[in-house]
Amino acid sequence: MATDKQVKLRIENLSLSFGGVRALIDVSLDVRDNEILAIIGPNGAGKTCILNCISGFYKPQRGEIHYNGQTITRMRPDKVAALGLARTFQNIELYTGLTTQDNLMAARHVLMKQNFLSGALYFGWAHKEEIEHRKTVEDIIDFLEIEPIRKKVVGVLPYGMRKRVELGRALALEPKVLLLDEPMAGMNLEEKEDIARFIIDVFEGQGATYPNTPVLRDGITCIILVEHDMGVVMDIADRIIVLDFGRKIAEGTPAEIKSNPEVIKAYLGQAV
Amino acid sequence: MGLPCGTHNYTYDQDMAIMRTKTHWALLVALLVLLFTFPLYSGGYLLSVANLIGITVIAAIGLNILLGYCGQLSIGHAGFIAVGAFTSAVLTNVLGLPFLVGLIAAGFMAGFIGLLFGIPSLKVKGFYLAIATIAAQFIIIWVINHLKITGGFVGIAVPYASIGGLVFDSEASMFYLIMVIAVICTFFAKNLARTRVGRAFVAIRDNDLAAEVMGINLFYYKLLAFFIGCFFAGIAGSLMAHWIGFMNAEQFSLMESILYIGMIIIGGLGTALGPILGVIFIRLMQQGMMFVAPTIEAAFPALPAGFATGLAPMLFGLIIILFLILEPRGIAHRWMLFKSAYRLWPFSY
Ligand SMILES: Nc1ncnc2c1ncn2[C@@H]1O[C@H](COP(=O)(O)OP(=O)(O)OP(=O)(O)O)[C@@H](O)[C@H]1O
Ligand SMILES: [Mg+2]
Repeated sequence: MATDKQVKLRIENLSLSFGGVRALIDVSLDVRDNEILAIIGPNGAGKTCILNCISGFYKPQRGEIHYNGQTITRMRPDKVAALGLARTFQNIELYTGLTTQDNLMAARHVLMKQNFLSGALYFGWAHKEEIEHRKTVEDIIDFLEIEPIRKKVVGVLPYGMRKRVELGRALALEPKVLLLDEPMAGMNLEEKEDIARFIIDVFEGQGATYPNTPVLRDGITCIILVEHDMGVVMDIADRIIVLDFGRKIAEGTPAEIKSNPEVIKAYLGQAV
Repeated sequence: MGLPCGTHNYTYDQDMAIMRTKTHWALLVALLVLLFTFPLYSGGYLLSVANLIGITVIAAIGLNILLGYCGQLSIGHAGFIAVGAFTSAVLTNVLGLPFLVGLIAAGFMAGFIGLLFGIPSLKVKGFYLAIATIAAQFIIIWVINHLKITGGFVGIAVPYASIGGLVFDSEASMFYLIMVIAVICTFFAKNLARTRVGRAFVAIRDNDLAAEVMGINLFYYKLLAFFIGCFFAGIAGSLMAHWIGFMNAEQFSLMESILYIGMIIIGGLGTALGPILGVIFIRLMQQGMMFVAPTIEAAFPALPAGFATGLAPMLFGLIIILFLILEPRGIAHRWMLFKSAYRLWPFSY
């Protein structure tokens, strides 16, 4: 099984601080292929900071991040995205003036080839490409069950729907690694279950249901999930990393984490 | 978006089409026929107003791409129009090059100068960018006034536009030249807006953080928006120069730049129809004021001198404020509401 669980993303001795605030202190972790890795920890532990460093949005003072043998530390965010890393945000960051469908189409940006000239002329080339990508986007809309809001401007959608559109936008980039920052925060139980099911379905792949959309057909085999809801994390994560005050204090399977005294002290003890 | 009752999309092709029904096509053809036969039944004055509107629409489409779609505020648009006007004037008058060379060069020159002044947009937004672009306005006009080749403070004469043997020396012939280019510009802008680059612009406008993390190169696309927006301004400037026949930098004031922003706000930011409707509204209002002003002054001699002429900018300010309060999405949005009501007919919901 060793080949099965190759390291996809390696974070080495990452340190990040904002003035006097030390957000991350010497954090190292591996994200492997064929696993859902959860990162948990109390508020302000540095979970979002890790994702922001991977995205290239924050520049860590020390440490390196490697993806598929390439160093991506301090790389520009759009280049990281083009390598196949997509994410959602803790506080929804959609393109509020665009429709659901166009939010997803906008995420196809790195996969499309038109430039402003072919786009402005439209007929022929650009038209064909638009249709092609529209098909993938429709598959994702279908998968996430958001057909009714396809043509709605996302700014007016309810919170739960916007969260779902944001997941769709990340999928539309057809990433190799998916980073999810609290995809279930602020949701009720039913909505949480929906999202959990989508995450598992994306991870496992849908095979013949979406034969022409690789991201749904084959799934995304490497997912990082930042989440507060312990129940969900214990259920769907293969491995868990626990952060506290910017340090990694534990790592292991859900069962190991549950019985780790340090974790209980730092996190579970105060949360439960 | 609504479709006329009873119309359904069966393919993505149909869903993406701008023209969905035979009625749409009929309306478009009717509109174009109406537009291009306009000189046949209108006199010189109306034609000159139409020409002014056509040129203004071209420039406004450019600003709409920059501000309406990409969200980059520029208060120097008249400056970039001036770059186009004087580029074309110098190339045709001083160097004796053909009009078409002047026209294209005007677009590129304005585009590149726009790109230069767009560089601050990579670091600053909103208010700060506005100040940086006001600098563009003043620097450009200062340079034109102090260059020998542009005629300095005096200005420069510009020959008639001509293509091959065809000389555009009347309002009517200029009308056709301007409107053909305006229609082409509208077509380009509409297509740009609904494809990859347009979505990237709106993504930057709505959430630049997410846009970058989702793979959009902010550096490239912000500068591209400045280039395209100012390219349109340059084309408009060239047409303006060959239409009026004499260019002086004073014609491109800061007030005119602000007026452009007002026009696309009133028309509807980030919509294809917005610049057209906004330009028609403001330019007609200006013309109306020119008629009304003398009448007011005659009727109320007690008013201070120049009161009526000062009325136009005041009214303009008032209208913008009213639009921002009552219909921030502009006339284009009102039109959409009207259309969707019409589409649902005969049902009321
Ligand atoms: N841009 C920033 N400027 C200053 N401090 C920051 C910034 N971003 C994060 N921090 C600080 O870094 C620390 C870690 O923040 P981070 O957002 O990663 O926490 P988190 O684990 O995601 O918490 P939560 O569960 O509340 O989302 C916090 O103390 C936070 O205040
Ligand atoms: Mg967080």
